[in-house]
Amino acid sequence: MYDFQYAKLTSVADTVTRRTSDDEASYLAGGMTLIPTLKQRLARPSALLDLSGIADLKGISVANGVLTIGAMTCHADVAASADVRAHIPALASLAVSIGDPQVRNRGTIGGSIANNDPSADYPAAVVGLNATVHTNARAIAADDFFKGLFETALTPGELIVKISFPIPKRAAYAKFPNPASRYAVVGVMVAETLNGIRVAVTGAGACAFRVGDMEAALAKSFSADAIKSIAVPADDLNTDMHATAEYRAHLVGVMARRAVASLAG
Amino acid sequence: MTNVTVTVNGTSRSAEVEARTLLVEFLRNKLNLTGTHVGCDTSQCGACTVHLNGKPVKSCTMLAVQADGQNVTTIEGVAPGSDLHPMQAAFKECHGLQCGFCTPGMVMSALGIIARHQGRALDEKTVRQELEGNLCRCTGYQGIVNAVLLGAKNMGVKVA
Repeated sequence: MYDFQYAKLTSVADTVTRRTSDDEASYLAGGMTLIPTLKQRLARPSALLDLSGIADLKGISVANGVLTIGAMTCHADVAASADVRAHIPALASLAVSIGDPQVRNRGTIGGSIANNDPSADYPAAVVGLNATVHTNARAIAADDFFKGLFETALTPGELIVKISFPIPKRAAYAKFPNPASRYAVVGVMVAETLNGIRVAVTGAGACAFRVGDMEAALAKSFSADAIKSIAVPADDLNTDMHATAEYRAHLVGVMARRAVASLAG
Repeated sequence: MTNVTVTVNGTSRSAEVEARTLLVEFLRNKLNLTGTHVGCDTSQCGACTVHLNGKPVKSCTMLAVQADGQNVTTIEGVAPGSDLHPMQAAFKECHGLQCGFCTPGMVMSALGIIARHQGRALDEKTVRQELEGNLCRCTGYQGIVNAVLLGAKNMGVKVA
């Protein structure tokens, strides 16, 4: 690891100001991706600004049909939260499927979506549940947040404060995990929200995306059979040592049907 | 250099470290607590597992400065002197180790499982699933799983 400066500030404003004054500084959330990246010398930030001392980034609350999770909430806390389990059990089961217990005790929801790994689980939840990402500067709709491979709508220095999830009528997440890393080879969140059906896929493409044909079909008939014949084109999907694009396209259908089947009936 | 103070196994310990010093380096090199191992250095094997404020974390994937002001428990802190903790005794009893390199991390993860299942019955499937952050290249895991279940039983946790 190259050396760097370290600062742990206690307010969003101070942390953003420090980051804005130093282009080479980096926020440190749970560090589950950043620290391994630094150890491999794949990044060389001038400073790490530790977000763990900022009280405003913590906590889970429910009000007016919306579940809100602070950006620095770790996966284990999301998975164990009585509020999450009661209102969006699919989100709790997604959180407990991330990595392993040690990772879930450190990794955070804000860090996960800011990093936007193509195989991360949370992007499927953010898009599938039509969440809103609240930053220090603005509110960003899920459909506008994930832009591409490790690319989001966040501007340099913009800091995620919390993510709000409108409580769906029902939702389920089905995932084909890489057996070693537990990252999603493909993961699909299917949700019946107050504004209609959403089907969001992670792991398959450059970033999370929706499958409009499946959403339309499920709106007419909410059953696994209704989406049986809908194929997702493999053209733009990921091929790597774990799976080909064609296999991932196939898995999108299988995972979507599993998610629907777990909800239907 | 930064001064960090961490309560390690109940005792306040301070040292000057670089910001890039990993928690495991602080424990092993500054405090000579070499029971915590580095197996892979890529956050996968779990040999470096310690408890941070009572919860298992990988000390190779955390900076020492991040632990400043917090409580860390290492394998040296689970039982006094040469006594064995019931979970350590169970690993010995069930042949839960061969080379022993992964064992400190396995025991710390096992104690995490026990802590998460207070008041609930623990079964073999759960143990296997929740040991997914720890790799063993000797035992084939059967002895480890048996050890965790026996350790749990001896600690008063109901085993299904």
